Amino acid sequence: MSSLEELLAAIRQNLPAQKVDYPEIPTYEKQGANLKDKFIVNLGLSGGESYDVGSIDEAKEIMQQKLPDTRVTCSATSEWEGSKSIHDIAHPRELEDVDLGIIRAEFGVAEMGMIWLTENSLQVNSLGFLSQHLAILLDPDLITENMHTAYRKIDFQASTYGCFVMGPSATADIGAYLVRGAQGARSLTVFFLKQQI
Amino acid sequence: MSKVKVDQNAADFIYMDDIHQPTHDKNLWNARMKRDTAASGIPEWEQMRDLASQIKEHTLTHLDHYVQQFVTEATKRGVTVHFAKDDIEHNQTVYDILKSHHATKIVKSKSMLQEECDMGAFLEARGIELIETDLGERIQQLSGEMPSHIVMPAIHKTTADVAELFARTIGTDPNEDDPKQLTEAMRNNARPKFLEAHAGLTGANFAIAETGAFVVCTNEGNADLTASIPPLHIASIGIEKILPKTKDLGLFIRLLSRSALGTPATRYTSHFMGPRESGTEMHIVLTDNGRSRRLGMEDFWRSLKCIRCGACMNTCPVYRRSGGLAYGATYSGPIGIIIDPTFDESKFSELPFHSSLCGSCSEVCPVRINIAEQIGLWRQRMVNINESSKTLHYAFGAVEKVFANPKLFRLAEKAAYYGMKLTPNWLLYHKKLNAWGKHRELPEIKKETFRDWYIKNRLKK
Ligand code: SF4
Repeated sequence: MSSLEELLAAIRQNLPAQKVDYPEIPTYEKQGANLKDKFIVNLGLSGGESYDVGSIDEAKEIMQQKLPDTRVTCSATSEWEGSKSIHDIAHPRELEDVDLGIIRAEFGVAEMGMIWLTENSLQVNSLGFLSQHLAILLDPDLITENMHTAYRKIDFQASTYGCFVMGPSATADIGAYLVRGAQGARSLTVFFLKQQI
Repeated sequence: MSKVKVDQNAADFIYMDDIHQPTHDKNLWNARMKRDTAASGIPEWEQMRDLASQIKEHTLTHLDHYVQQFVTEATKRGVTVHFAKDDIEHNQTVYDILKSHHATKIVKSKSMLQEECDMGAFLEARGIELIETDLGERIQQLSGEMPSHIVMPAIHKTTADVAELFARTIGTDPNEDDPKQLTEAMRNNARPKFLEAHAGLTGANFAIAETGAFVVCTNEGNADLTASIPPLHIASIGIEKILPKTKDLGLFIRLLSRSALGTPATRYTSHFMGPRESGTEMHIVLTDNGRSRRLGMEDFWRSLKCIRCGACMNTCPVYRRSGGLAYGATYSGPIGIIIDPTFDESKFSELPFHSSLCGSCSEVCPVRINIAEQIGLWRQRMVNINESSKTLHYAFGAVEKVFANPKLFRLAEKAAYYGMKLTPNWLLYHKKLNAWGKHRELPEIKKETFRDWYIKNRLKK
């Protein structure tokens, strides 16, 4: 097998002589944008829904109405108690039977209607993908404007995994028809709620 | 390797029936229109393309530095980095890692690099059970075909084709042809495979030198399932995927999916910075496979900027008509034409002639690769090294001189028109010589180039 030195030597032998400088990248922020409104519209584009709620109980009630058949719930945030405790999970596959996964997002991105999750908010990463449906708690003050501002917020040293999630899982691989719920969550509901300490 | 007969393959697709080709054309054109709508919603779009192009050119002209930095940072995060100079080393490395972990059942998400290395066949021949988890890739795996599009691998198939395939391979009801039900059937078929897998394989869309992180974009969430359940994650990454800094991703994520499908982003933009938890491992196979050599090709190194969005394929009138399988290569469409010959000039010598040179590909490319110009240069090269068939020489000889000077590209774009016009009609209509002439008028090359049209019709809005 090759070594790093061999790879670098092959590259150096072929480097274009003319060098190109690294450019300045603006963040393209716009004055006076209502970030929460933008977030709601863009989340809607990808099939996600959102609600303003005053308490966890209110959020639970909405989920109960939306998904009356939910049996197994599992929460990665202590604010919402699920029927299955995430702390008892010994292997990520054990989340396979979860109907509703509950996660507190670390922040949202208005431009895309995305939320940012890491292993700190997921506890067990597979919760975000094996759960049939997701309920996401998001502090409306933690919405950043666009991808440029979003990447300034992330500390890559603080986690080993991070994911921007934009609505439910989707595919259009069969006949170009859009289908939601390809492999990951079938639905994604965001609740705007500050964390109570 | 025998020459890919692209015209013959195209004819096979076009004359299969009255459904496949028109549906293919329509679906891809839809993607192209959605891309335009998405792009027009962003005032800084054209500037973002400039910046993305510049960042890629900066990285590629300092690639030794950034490869070294990426490897150092990834290693610090507990990732084991392997190096492969070609497809054989790549496949052997992946196999050795799997073997040392006694991993025989694996799930994988889409990786064009693994396709390029024909890794699936290599592993299967050694007793590894491998499941493609991207729906389009799985469809292609079950049909024993290559992906026909880099973003929508099974876009050349109709819903009825998939219904027939699934009935035959995973036991769905043969009368079930609702895309939603078919997707559901595959979801249920794939789930247990994620749970049982000994290892998960992914590719990467971007790799960040500054942090050693790599990024995978999917719409289905299959890469995250692949990476979050098995204890072993192996990522195959081509050296051209490297970007200097985290903040570069802001640009590239904004451009990628809007260019590809017209959606703001993919549903999942996943960042991997090290092994998940104790007891799990992460390996990267950093692969060259012809990339460093391509970097040294003065006329063609900029093709390494490609972020594999597929926009050039969606917009290409020839690709939309012929289907992706016609190119007989991992990469099809305009991007395929300019990179496939770097793997094998003889095998892919006819690809550069499979283009109308309308220039639409260059106009949509988010990293501003001069695709059409490179196609012209490849034509010239094929003529020079005598690798293209005689009829093609004759037909395209007229265009050749104009392409001799790449700086005259705007002129050259128009020359496609004249090149076609100067070609004798008998040559273009002769059905043995040109499958395109069958059943239809000549593909008309407009005197007005795409760029002219765009400036006239779009920019005045
Ligand atoms: S060449 Fe440009 S348009 Fe084509 S796939 Fe690559 S990045 Fe996209």
